[in-house]
Amino acid sequence: MSFMKTILGGAAAAALTAGAALAEPAIIYDLGGKFDKSFNESAYTGAQRWADETGESFAEFEIQSDAQREQAIRRFAENGNNPIVMAGFSWATPLSEAAADYPDTTFVIIDGVVEADNVRSIVFSEHEGSYLVGMLAAMASETGTVGFVGGMDIPLIRKFGCGYAQGVKAVNEDATVIANMTGTTPAAWNDPVKGSELTLAQISQGADVVFAAAGGTGVGVLQTAADEDILSIGVDSNQNYLHPGEVLTSMTKRVDNMVYDAFTAGENVEPGFNVMGVANEGVGYAVDEFNEELLTEEMLAEVQAAADAIASGELTVHDYMSDESCPAVDF
Amino acid sequence: MDLVTLLQILDSSLRLATPLLLACLAGLFSERAGIFDIGLEGKMLAAAFMSAAVAFTTGSAWIGMLAGIGASMVLSAIHGLASITFRGNQLISGVALNFLAQGATVVWAQSWFAQGGRTPQLSGAGRFEPIELPFADALSGVPILGPIYADLISGHAIIVYIGLLMVPLTWWVLFRTRFGLRLRAVGENPAAVDTAGVSVIGLRYSSIVIAGVLCGIAGAFLATSLQAGFTQNMTAGRGYIALAALIFAKWRPWYALMACLLFGFLQALALRPDVIEGTLNFQVQVQFLDALPYILTVIILAGFVGKAIPPRAGGEPYVKER
Repeated sequence: MSFMKTILGGAAAAALTAGAALAEPAIIYDLGGKFDKSFNESAYTGAQRWADETGESFAEFEIQSDAQREQAIRRFAENGNNPIVMAGFSWATPLSEAAADYPDTTFVIIDGVVEADNVRSIVFSEHEGSYLVGMLAAMASETGTVGFVGGMDIPLIRKFGCGYAQGVKAVNEDATVIANMTGTTPAAWNDPVKGSELTLAQISQGADVVFAAAGGTGVGVLQTAADEDILSIGVDSNQNYLHPGEVLTSMTKRVDNMVYDAFTAGENVEPGFNVMGVANEGVGYAVDEFNEELLTEEMLAEVQAAADAIASGELTVHDYMSDESCPAVDF
Repeated sequence: MDLVTLLQILDSSLRLATPLLLACLAGLFSERAGIFDIGLEGKMLAAAFMSAAVAFTTGSAWIGMLAGIGASMVLSAIHGLASITFRGNQLISGVALNFLAQGATVVWAQSWFAQGGRTPQLSGAGRFEPIELPFADALSGVPILGPIYADLISGHAIIVYIGLLMVPLTWWVLFRTRFGLRLRAVGENPAAVDTAGVSVIGLRYSSIVIAGVLCGIAGAFLATSLQAGFTQNMTAGRGYIALAALIFAKWRPWYALMACLLFGFLQALALRPDVIEGTLNFQVQVQFLDALPYILTVIILAGFVGKAIPPRAGGEPYVKER
């Protein structure tokens, strides 16, 4: 009997350790895919950096349709993964359904807000970062006309466009901002052909700098901009390297840092609401060896001054999502 | 709206219409022979991937296009095997091909290039660059006709001209050759063709082989001319719009050209909301323009503008004895 106890006890201990070993963090990407060279890829980079540094592994999943969202969350939670990180605003609804059922699991949602005791919500002040690249666009433009190509027409993307237009107008009051959206369905995140045609249409209207906030569609925008010898601005990840010398800068959104931090904190991720802006380096503009020749000292000085002003609170950039309207551009 | 803007929109229409036109003609050959082809989208996607992958490896867009045609033909062969040889349901086979292409392209791209389901960027001879037609520069000074020739007609990739030439060729093959007559007959009454001693199976296979070639060219155009590489699901529903165009054109080549140019024009117009507002003095929702091809097709199907009658034996596998 006591022998049986030992065996059972041993088995239970083994099962417990196995359970603990299973508590690896998980990340779920949004439609658009892990390697979109943009938002999701940034999340992946952060997770991979954590894995490389700690030598541990993480679970991941790319959804193929909206219907898989809640299922994916529950699957990872049942499996004992902790924390579970989700990249994308569309996760808010399924997560608010599922989070209460797994009180011992901590969830992290990036770009969305879910009010629950075990959810850490992270949103970015994209309008602030877009404002800064808008300033650079206006300073680099010779025609006084700049373009914006959005992906799917949703408030978040309008927030990018609105901040960008405000930055442009701050430098050049008379500048024209042409704003186009690729579409109204998720296919708009993956239509580089239409991105190219939108860019050509904007060029024919005089645009010589185009900002793409469009996921995979942006690849087509940047390609056409390079083909037609105008400047483009990348988004989310640093995309300067895609066309060296032809991408003015990238509006970086440090999704990677957020994922990295969440994975590092492990099960102790603090729930709550977080805003990542220029002040805490959540968003910004990218300068590296691929675009330093395009940016002059004066441009960098001016945009850095604006960044400091935003960080200290002297300068407020209007957030489209606060009142669903934009003073600087019509969509 | 001035001439320059109009030309720019028409220029864009022509580029957007070309993949639709090639896919539409592919569907026309296939459906005229009685094989419904929902899989145009998947074939284009597979061709887009293979052409970009091979064009990158070999550095030649032409070899890439041949490889794209090959990939598209493989899918055609599967479609033929399932729906002609084994007499399966043509619609289901086509849908399966779309799913297969959507998944397989990304998996292959990831295992070959490890760039996350895309191919590396093409440059130089790996892409079909726009070509200038003769005298474009010299004639550009001529009023009205000059800019039309220099900006609109000249300056496209060679595949655009191939696509346009395919229209008279398709018409000639279908309506002026013995092969075309038999092909059309097989779509209307395969038993009659069989009685005349002509192979129904052979004709149907040759029709989907032609469809494979055309879809292959369309896919290569997307990946190696309009874009510089393959990205995940880059056809973005163009195969379905081509099917809509085919119904809109009532399965006739010249009307197919018109339908594709119209749909391309609507897509190009949706890119310029400012022009619409400037011309009509009121705002038209871009979403409405995007949906218009489908709305028009539904109207045609509902029988408001003449009747769209598909080939009579379409969708039915041919069985010798009943």
